[in-house]
Amino acid sequence: MSRAALTHPVDGRFGAFGGQYVPETLMSALKELEDMWHEAKADPQFQLELAGHRRAFIGRPTPLYAATRLGEQYGGTHIHFKREDLCHTGAHKLNNAVGQALLAVRMGKKRIIAETGAGQHGVATATVCARFGLECTVYMGSEDMQRQSMNVRRMKLLGAKVVEVTSGTRTLKDATTEAIRDWVSNVRTTHYIIGSVVGPHPYPEMVRDLQRVIGDEAREQYLSLDGKLPDVVVACVGGGSNAIGIFTAFLDDRDVQLVGVEAAGKGIRTGEHAASLVGGRPGVLHGSYSYVLQDGDGQILPTHSISAGLDYPGVGPEHAFLRDIERVEYVAVTDKDALAAFRLCTRLEGIMPALEPSHAIHHAGVIAKELGPGGRILVCLSGRGDKDMDSVDGG
Amino acid sequence: MVAETSSRLENAVRAHGDLKLIAYIMAGHPSKKRSIEVGKRLAGTGIAALEIGIPHSDPLADGPIIQRAGQKALAAGTTVAGALEVAEAVAREGIPVVLMTYINPVLAYDPRKFAAEAAQAGVAGVIVPDLPIEEAEPVAGWLRSASLDTVFMVAPTTPPDRIATIASHSSGFVYCVTVTGITGVRRDLPEGIAELLAEVRKRTTLPVAAGFGISRQDHLKALRGKLDAAAVGSAIVDEIDRAGDGVSLVRELLKACGTGR
Ligand SMILES: Cc1ncc(COP(=O)(O)O)c(C=O)c1O
Repeated sequence: MSRAALTHPVDGRFGAFGGQYVPETLMSALKELEDMWHEAKADPQFQLELAGHRRAFIGRPTPLYAATRLGEQYGGTHIHFKREDLCHTGAHKLNNAVGQALLAVRMGKKRIIAETGAGQHGVATATVCARFGLECTVYMGSEDMQRQSMNVRRMKLLGAKVVEVTSGTRTLKDATTEAIRDWVSNVRTTHYIIGSVVGPHPYPEMVRDLQRVIGDEAREQYLSLDGKLPDVVVACVGGGSNAIGIFTAFLDDRDVQLVGVEAAGKGIRTGEHAASLVGGRPGVLHGSYSYVLQDGDGQILPTHSISAGLDYPGVGPEHAFLRDIERVEYVAVTDKDALAAFRLCTRLEGIMPALEPSHAIHHAGVIAKELGPGGRILVCLSGRGDKDMDSVDGG
Repeated sequence: MVAETSSRLENAVRAHGDLKLIAYIMAGHPSKKRSIEVGKRLAGTGIAALEIGIPHSDPLADGPIIQRAGQKALAAGTTVAGALEVAEAVAREGIPVVLMTYINPVLAYDPRKFAAEAAQAGVAGVIVPDLPIEEAEPVAGWLRSASLDTVFMVAPTTPPDRIATIASHSSGFVYCVTVTGITGVRRDLPEGIAELLAEVRKRTTLPVAAGFGISRQDHLKALRGKLDAAAVGSAIVDEIDRAGDGVSLVRELLKACGTGR
């Protein structure tokens, strides 16, 4: 299958997954968004503008970095990081927020809403709103506001209104539900910048298009090392935007194994995890049909992960499709292993990763053992760890 | 799909001069037993139909009152099967019952089984607020083949040409969402509601009902003659939440409809 055939949604679906399970009130806005996105994507002027912001505002291209000491520790493997932690504001989230803000300006929408878990997408959205002069409201669960308090302060300084969400699980799921409710009520004036490849069509496609720059750059950078591709590309999966972002460029490279790493929390068997693809069933959450952590009655289950950005009971529909056609393998890594990888990477490389990509780093170590010395692994280092100081104790 | 003959629901909500009233309660709120009791009492007030909500953890189209009721119902152990039992007990009173449910509980239960059991329970129709017409099949097909009416929604943001398509997918009635927003109690009816209702009526022979934010006598007076039925949810659920049964509120509202007795 060609890349286009693999990932181009048909009628808003990737295989059986995706769709638009939203109140009728939003349907015309989604149609407008789809049309406007396709128009903008094909407009050289828009692409030029986006490229300019990527260069001067986000700081792209981000480097490809050889994590040699970590590679030695992992038994002589070649490990490279795609350094999304070096994006302005500290994570890949800004790639998406910049593109959607440009689109909002093009659509003449002056009010922006967003949901956030780790606060990285909230900060990215607040940042682009400051940059483009847009009004910004961010929904955030009260539990996340506590564990990512630094990002709450950043958003406020950037001029965003942060709305504390106290319903349900008080984390990313309920923040997203609340943001969608706001959108239903203010859809005429407001653009909703969703933070991952989730939600109703066209969001999964649009956010993918905006994040695929990660993999497009990384593939070229990797090839320029010695003309060869990696054996394995690894990325963490919350909603799945950094993973889709890096995977997309490699989908046609059949010899490159792609692995998505979900949060196993306290262990899949304990039920306290956030691994939708590994431990969930197909269902509808936040407007799209994908793998969902739910009970037998279709009620969405509470999740747990030490990393707020992965603590979500759903996942993007394109991942569900890539899982079912077995193009991407999905695994889950526990809180404990992610924390250990966080410490190891910090000490050996002088790079403090966010807890989200720490899950991917741990799994890179697992794959390294399988590949043996000389293996080639590319890890998406989706963000930096400053925000996680309160979740990681000193030792 | 236009049925050749009018359904029971269609006949019940079609106004003849006056305005009909549709009440809403949440199954299992605050308990299964109590919701059956309240449903039966409301059935005897002269309302045209009763909507019974199936609680969901993430109700995208609902405001705080119904959301809270849903959370309480879930905390009280309400299941889809339990909600169907509530519907059955209330439907036995002879009132047309319309289930209001989000799509995921139906998918998880199995749409075919859900349709069969709802029909068995005596339910008249089903409304799924997060199931736009584009996503309707195969669920709507299962509902239709169980002889249940499928009520689809029109919103203030729905373009005129789309209204006719939505109406053609509907049976029983067409549900007109009065506000660009979620369920809740509002002081004023939104502007433009009369125009929207007129647009909808131009495009369907089905009865037209309106809901979301309708909660007061003056709302109903303003709506008389502009549509067939008005649905009142949050105001009733709020009373049930305060240990009431909504009956006196509904009687007051019925007076404003001109069909009070
Ligand atoms: C650094 C970082 N990585 C990953 C994620 C997870 O999101 P996604 O799976 O969409 O990349 C987040 C979310 O907040 C994040 O902040």
